[in-house]
Amino acid sequence: MMTPVKNPETKLKQPGESLFKRLVRQQLFIPFAALALLVLFNLIADPSFFAVSIKENSLGNPVLSGNIISVLDNASELVILAIGMTLVTASSGGQDISVGATMAIAGSVILRMVCGGQVTADTLQMPLLLAVLIGIVVTALFGAFNGALVAYFKIQPMVATLIMFTAGRSIAAWINNNQLPIMNDISFKYAGTFLPGIPVPTPVFITAFVILLFWLALKFTTLGLYTQSVGINANSSRLNGLDPKLIKLLTYVILGVCVAVAGFIRVSRSGSINYSRIAENIEMDAILAVALGGNALSGGKFNIYGSILGAYVIQFLTTTLYKYEVPSTALPAYKAVVVILLVVLSAPVVREKLSSMKKAPVKAAKEVS
Amino acid sequence: MQEGAVLEMRGICKYFPGVRALQDVDFTLRKGEIHALMGENGAGKSTLIKVLTGVYPKDGGEVHIEGVDGPAVIRSPQDAQNAGISTVYQEITLCPNLSVAENMYIGRTKGAVTNWRKMNSGAGKILESLGIPASPTQQLGTCSIAVQQMVAIARAVDMECKVLILDEPTSSLDEQEVQKLFGLMRDLRAKGVGIIFVTHFLEQVYEVCDRITVLRDGQLVGEYVIEALPRVQLVSKMLGKELDDMADIKGESGGEAISREGAPVLEAQGLCSSAGIKPFDFSIRRGEVNGFTGLLGSGRSECVRAIFGADHVTGGTVKMDGKEVKIKKPLDAMKLGIGYLPEDRKGDGIVGDLSVRENIILAYQVMKGFFRPISRAQAEAFADNYIKLLEIKTASADTPIKSLSGGNQQKCILARWLLTDPKYLILDEPTRGIDIGTKIEIQKLVLRLAEKGTSATFISSEIDEMLRTCSRLIVMRDRKAVGELSGEDLTQTKIMATIAGGDE
Repeated sequence: MMTPVKNPETKLKQPGESLFKRLVRQQLFIPFAALALLVLFNLIADPSFFAVSIKENSLGNPVLSGNIISVLDNASELVILAIGMTLVTASSGGQDISVGATMAIAGSVILRMVCGGQVTADTLQMPLLLAVLIGIVVTALFGAFNGALVAYFKIQPMVATLIMFTAGRSIAAWINNNQLPIMNDISFKYAGTFLPGIPVPTPVFITAFVILLFWLALKFTTLGLYTQSVGINANSSRLNGLDPKLIKLLTYVILGVCVAVAGFIRVSRSGSINYSRIAENIEMDAILAVALGGNALSGGKFNIYGSILGAYVIQFLTTTLYKYEVPSTALPAYKAVVVILLVVLSAPVVREKLSSMKKAPVKAAKEVS
Repeated sequence: MQEGAVLEMRGICKYFPGVRALQDVDFTLRKGEIHALMGENGAGKSTLIKVLTGVYPKDGGEVHIEGVDGPAVIRSPQDAQNAGISTVYQEITLCPNLSVAENMYIGRTKGAVTNWRKMNSGAGKILESLGIPASPTQQLGTCSIAVQQMVAIARAVDMECKVLILDEPTSSLDEQEVQKLFGLMRDLRAKGVGIIFVTHFLEQVYEVCDRITVLRDGQLVGEYVIEALPRVQLVSKMLGKELDDMADIKGESGGEAISREGAPVLEAQGLCSSAGIKPFDFSIRRGEVNGFTGLLGSGRSECVRAIFGADHVTGGTVKMDGKEVKIKKPLDAMKLGIGYLPEDRKGDGIVGDLSVRENIILAYQVMKGFFRPISRAQAEAFADNYIKLLEIKTASADTPIKSLSGGNQQKCILARWLLTDPKYLILDEPTRGIDIGTKIEIQKLVLRLAEKGTSATFISSEIDEMLRTCSRLIVMRDRKAVGELSGEDLTQTKIMATIAGGDE
């Protein structure tokens, strides 16, 4: 046995610690700071960014319109994916890179169901809810496939999900015999656009509902404790009676369900699908949202609200760039610059420095704007 | 340097943050001898070897090597190799998908061009001279583990080493393979190579070694000629006798009285597991504290893991309160009222990033089930209660458990199991690496629990501690239960004799 000389000091909150230091140490500091910077930038550059007006949509209904509404609306799929991705990250210490491709599958399945196998349909061939349920079951199964590879065959998550990443869009096309079905029934588009008489985009409600569901799940089940415990120390968890493999599998299945909901919103926006372009690269944004939320991509402790906030930050950034008419080809480059800054800022090393140097964030703020 | 010595280490010191891993350790290796380096885990064996091979820089002391004037400078494994020191590790560090010859010459060929014929014939000669049954062109992975181990040694020998370090080379070999390896070691000894042999197997030390150096707690206990050190003494030197002013706790509590009454709480017959222990019988009564003892690697942890279902149980029957039960996984055991504090606190016990509170409620929460989470208020009450009861020193219940000291982490794990109100508690090395005060607290706690009717199995490397707490000891040697001691047989000498076995 080695001779312990001194015990590691427990981290105590020092009473004299400034509010700023404590703030920096908060997990949600970075996404909030990023959001604040984006808001500030837009306020200074052009306050009209925040203007919300009522316009008539193509159906003649009065609906809310404006950049903020567009952020809330368009972030929906990303937010829902980021929630599922957070759980997968926490339990397995890796990410599912197939979510974009499986969203295509979900969309394809739902369209095939509501179109009844026809290329175009003007009325729903199946109750919408049933179609969505089938979509959920299908992607949950794909999630289970990914999860089984990760949990039971101990394949690296990125490698395991690379399979569906590669094959997913082909499967999606195959489901509809390579046709591009178009759904013209207006009620199909309610979920992706507006419900009659309601001026707020429906995806906002769906997202709020999903967030509520997860809030309830985290409150009324032990999902949070179990996934974190398994992600931090699978051995300990097993010796405390948990089944780490099953819990990992479960998180992938949950992500599968999230994928179906996101896929439904996406096809519901247009009533059609483009297999190779739908939700392209969304997996990267979802992973980024998790990271921006201050969650370690190596798993363990998580804060689901951080990921949600991260997803909105990403969409806010995209919308801001669109507003300043950055050409769509140049968009990723601009995004990359901001992302580098955010990721570097949220790195523990930098945050440690930040909390010891007060002036650093001001400098960083200048760099961002 | 001494006459005939090939390696001399003098006054070696090595500090890690918060720990003195080696203090003023001397070690001498002579030409043509096999020298065992013995000590329990954490005694400093591997640290000493890592200092010698340049993996760790030393904080003090000198190393002298035959043929080098003045202190040798070893700053990297490469330096060590150049100085004639080769190491063969427990895990084979060769490439199984390359041929035997390639493995022997890997990293040693000069230039970009390989002369395959020369390499293969060179390798063939060495293999033949050492009597290793392998062909140079054979793929290494197709050889048995023993032959792979030997190829690793051949590689080391071919690098013209004067000092060969074998770190636990036999742990994955069977009896015959061990004999082959010993044959090779004896040949090398005859050729004048000095061999440092690190192992946990006492039998093997007495079979093949000439000299023994014993380390304990990072300090040198002594160097002995093998004939002058009977097994019992070796064991006592490795374990050390801790002379301290601890009270005779058992006397205080008088817990022995109830230990022999009543039917067994748990009874196991012919239990064995995938961890490779020989089938063993075990039983424990209500309010009894018993223990498994034996050297490290003797299978004592594997036994309790089999009882708890932590390893895959491959045979045997278990009865709980007289009824036959199946324990296939930890949750089964937990539901029957068994708690298990594992040996490896960091790897198997704590969930590092979670708070003290979450760590304390974890097992109880799992038993309650997925859909019945313990409310925050209740969890806080549980945590505060045990923090007070066990005097856990933590800033708050929200502090991540990994920032607590070892002893306080251990108390949290103990609290975790106490919260499940177990009928039978297994404590594997609960006092390892924690300060003396906490050690006594934990021992007292175990005895208090026993008075209230909880049964407990206690494992500790420190025999004193076992004597203070247990009324019955099962002695393990080489993964087999070799004896059971109770009553008057429970003395240091008797235990050590049973652990050592053999030359009684």
